[in-house]
Formats: sequence, C-alpha cells, structure tokens
Amino acid sequence: MSKKKRGNLRLLTGPDKAVLTAMAGIPALLTTALIWVPALGSIVLSFSKWNGIGGFDQIQWIGGKNYYNVTHGYPPFTPAWHHNLIWFAVFVLIPAPLGLYLATQLDKRIAGSRLYQNIFFLPVVLSLALVGFMVELIYAPEQGLINNLTGHTKPGNLVDWIGDPHLNLFAVLTLAVWRQTGYVMILWLAGLKAVDPALREAAALDGASEWQTFRRVVQPALRPVTIVVTVITVVETLRAFDIVYVVNRGKNGLELLSTLITDNIVGEAIRVGFGSALASILLVVSLLVIVPYLVVTFRKED
Amino acid sequence: MRILRVRPARLSLHAFLILTSLVWLVPVVWALYTALRPYADTAKHGYVSVGGSYGVKNFTDAWSQADMMHFFVNTIVITIPALLITLAFASMAAFVIARFRWRYNVALLVLFTAGNLLPQQAIITPLFRIYTNVKLPNWLSDSGELYDSTLGLILIHVAFQTGFCVFVMSNYMKTIPIEISEAAVVDGASVFRQYWQLTLPLCRPVLAALATLEFTWIYNDFYWATALISTGDKRPITAALANLQGEFFTNNNLVAAGSLLVAVPTLIVFFALQRHFIAGLTLGSSKG
Repeated sequence: MSKKKRGNLRLLTGPDKAVLTAMAGIPALLTTALIWVPALGSIVLSFSKWNGIGGFDQIQWIGGKNYYNVTHGYPPFTPAWHHNLIWFAVFVLIPAPLGLYLATQLDKRIAGSRLYQNIFFLPVVLSLALVGFMVELIYAPEQGLINNLTGHTKPGNLVDWIGDPHLNLFAVLTLAVWRQTGYVMILWLAGLKAVDPALREAAALDGASEWQTFRRVVQPALRPVTIVVTVITVVETLRAFDIVYVVNRGKNGLELLSTLITDNIVGEAIRVGFGSALASILLVVSLLVIVPYLVVTFRKED
Repeated sequence: MRILRVRPARLSLHAFLILTSLVWLVPVVWALYTALRPYADTAKHGYVSVGGSYGVKNFTDAWSQADMMHFFVNTIVITIPALLITLAFASMAAFVIARFRWRYNVALLVLFTAGNLLPQQAIITPLFRIYTNVKLPNWLSDSGELYDSTLGLILIHVAFQTGFCVFVMSNYMKTIPIEISEAAVVDGASVFRQYWQLTLPLCRPVLAALATLEFTWIYNDFYWATALISTGDKRPITAALANLQGEFFTNNNLVAAGSLLVAVPTLIVFFALQRHFIAGLTLGSSKG
C-alpha cells in the first residue's frame, strides 16, 4: 500500500534532494566510519599475525591459520560457544515467555499495573557495576545472602556459587535473566498496546476464552514484536559480556565468545589476528541473524 | 467510589504479581540494606544479620572518596550531547527512510540497525587504531587525537546508538498518516519543514521512549569508556566506581552505597519519562 503513497524522489526539487541526502548521509557516514570500517578491519586482521602495538608493516599474513587454531588448538573455545548456547536457551526459555506473560497480565488495566511494571523494569536501568556487585552480595560463599538463608555457610557444606565452574554460569544467568525479563516485557507490552481492542472485544462477545483470544487474536497481531524479541534475544546472547566480566573476567566456567576476544586483544599476550578471528566468527553469526530478519521485514513493506 | 468486583482469578493474579515483584526487588533492597550499615557492624555480625547502627554515612563517604561530583560532570558532558545528537541523527535518517521511497532504503536500514546489533568486542581493535590516528586540534581534544577524548567517546555512542533509534523511529513514523505530509507538499513545504514542523512534533512519544532507553545505555556504558579513554580523570561515573575498590581490601558497604548513588540519575529519568514510555515504543502499531 505504501508503494504508491510514499513520497517519490523524482517529484522533489534539487535543494530538497540535497537536504534529504544530507539527512540520511551524515549519520550513515558516521556509522560506516566508526562501525563498519572497523568491522571489516576485524575480518581482514583475522587473516594475520600481529601484536597490535607495532606499525602495520609488522603484520604477517597467514591465511586461514587463525581459524584453524581457534577450532583445533584453543581449549576455551568449545566451552565458550557452549556457554553462549546455554545462555541463548535460557533466554528463550525464561525471559521471553515470562516477559510475555507479565506483559499480558499488566495489559489488563489491573490495579497497580504501573507499579508492577516499574518494578520489573527496574533492573534494566541499573548499571552493570551495580549488577556485578550484587553477584558478590548474593552469592559470596560465607557472607552471601543465599548461603546464609539456606544454611550453607559451614566449611563442610559451603556452596561456592561463583567459584564452582558447574554452578557459576547459572548463578550469573539468574541475574542476567532478571535484567532481560524487564527489557523483553516492555517490548511485548508495547506490542500488546498496538493490538486493536475492538478485535478482542469481538472475540470476547463471541464467547472465546482468554486463551483462545490470545492464540487467535493477540498472537498474530504480536508477530512483528515476536520477531523483534527473537532478534534481541540472539543479539543479547552474543553480546553477553558485562556481568561475566565484572564477576571473574570470564574464566573458570564463565567463558563466553566475547570474553575470549577481549582476552586476546587486550589481555596479557596480545594476539590481534587470533582475537580478530574470534571476533569475525561472532560478527558473522550476528549478521546471519540480523540481515535476513531486516531484509524480510522491510521487503515485505516495500 | 467504585465498588470493585473482586474475582478469584484477579486475586490470584495479584498474589502472583506481588510475589514476583518482591523477588524482583530482593537484589536492590539487599544492596540498599548493606549500604545503610557501617562496615564494622557487618564485619562483626556478618552481612546477613540485623543490628548495629544504620545511616547514610556510606553514601556521604562514597560521594567524597570517589570524587563523584567530578565524575558525574564527566558523565553529563558525555551523555547529554551523545543523546541529543543520536536522536537528531536518527530522526533525520528515519524520516528519509520512512517517508521517501528510494532504492537504498533497505540497505540503509541494514547499515544502521545491524551496526547497532554488532558486538562491541568485534570492532574494538581497528576502532582503537582509527582513534589513535585521527589527529584533532587542542580545542577539540586535549590529547590531540580522537583517542582519550570526550569527543571520541561521544562519537562512538552516536555511531552505535543511532542504529537502534533509526529502527524504532522509522517504524513509528510509518504509522503517521502520509496525508499529513502530502498536504504540506501541496502547500509547497520544503523537505526540512516537513521533517521539523510536521513529523517531529508527532514523534514526541517515541522520542521520550528512546531518550529514556538511550540515556540509560549511554549513561551505564562501561566498555567504550574503559577502552577509549585512558586518563582516569576523564572517565564517566561508571568507570570511576573502581576508585572505591581498594587494592587489598574492599569495603563492600561503601561500594554498595556508591553503586546505588550512580543508579539515581537513570531512575530519575525513567520515572520522569515513563508516562510516554510504552506508547512511544509501540512498534508498528495498528491502532495508533
């Protein structure tokens, strides 16, 4: 429908065209220079060996060797992408549906809706410094809240939530879920506000149950937001870094792709080429999710 | 007063929501509780205990020890310009994408949106190189380059955040009836007037929503601030919290107080703008 209606460039005057080009061009130029050029640079560097300190003349080109080394000779790589997968699974299984459930309930004009909404959204506005610090207050073995409440503070039965590599990922994920749920809930809520209330009333008049109304009326209308939530879930999974880094720099059970990159490009032994290979893997996985989504979303409209 | 009809379903819903809210508040309340107690008391009785004295001394100590005033000013100098430029750039780009049909629409959207979704770590090495190689006059950056300058930090925030805002705003603008612009075109309004006087005023809800989210994100940034600013004195408040952590000993109560103080501005902005928040985020609405 928008095909005919949206402004056609050919009808514009010269100055108008110049203004339009500047309006889109200046932001596009900045994003290209500071995001896409470096992104391309990472891919190029992933075929090199470089300590990152010396000049560009010290770069040695070594082909795909970094990629071979990442997958064959780098022990943290396997746990890292496993952890990213677990992170994704948890984000799909808990914040996404829980956020949707909370949003559906809060959309019902119940008393105190605004207050509940603020409480659930609260973690989203808190800084990572605070959240990382909460990990300490809650999970510390002897002084932490959980062990004290459950009586696990004696040397024999201490539960080391952060030190134990089998537990720490889930301990950290709990707080990550705590933040993510509020974020996703707001997106769902925004989507629900856009569902035509007349449709719902009609369904209710026809005697549809709450669940039937949700499945038949609300869910189809939520499809655009569902896609947004899916993409954000994937992206937040791949970007996961802050909490883990504050807790223990992503070691000992908390390895993630993002922390491995940081280790290699700012760590003790700087291996720019190797780190860039890891970065390029992350980049490609992200783009594989993002680009098809965007193309499908916008082709449909045009 | 209206008499509320209380159904059992509603009651159990409230019970569920109250319970979940309480669980949600535990970490924050716990940090607040810890911050209100002197270190000596928690050292003696343990953190999970009641007793001793309570007061705001940790907050005042954190404020002066971390020189918070100074770093809050740093944060304001970074966050406010970054936020304004981001919203200006994004609304302009979104206006072009949403209002005009040209060949590069999808490409532009991918450029902006995907740019925002890329992991920061994936671009940091080349970005660092660019930043150390761009020379600036002294009045723009006292380090003489983009690296270690407030301007550099503002620019990366703008470049990174514009993407998300373009995405949300172009969706929002598509829900504004095109007839409004058409009438203006007939009246001979220039493109810029269509943007500035006709489209932007209608975008107030989405601008408020994005301002809230972006303020939070830029304000809470830690990654760019530590990667692109090397002088501790120039860093924003989030990075400055490290000043409260001793080399051998960390007073958790003090850090808790400091981190809560840091959270105050984001909470104020959220509460101030929340009325517009949901309405503004509405993505591709059908009821308007």
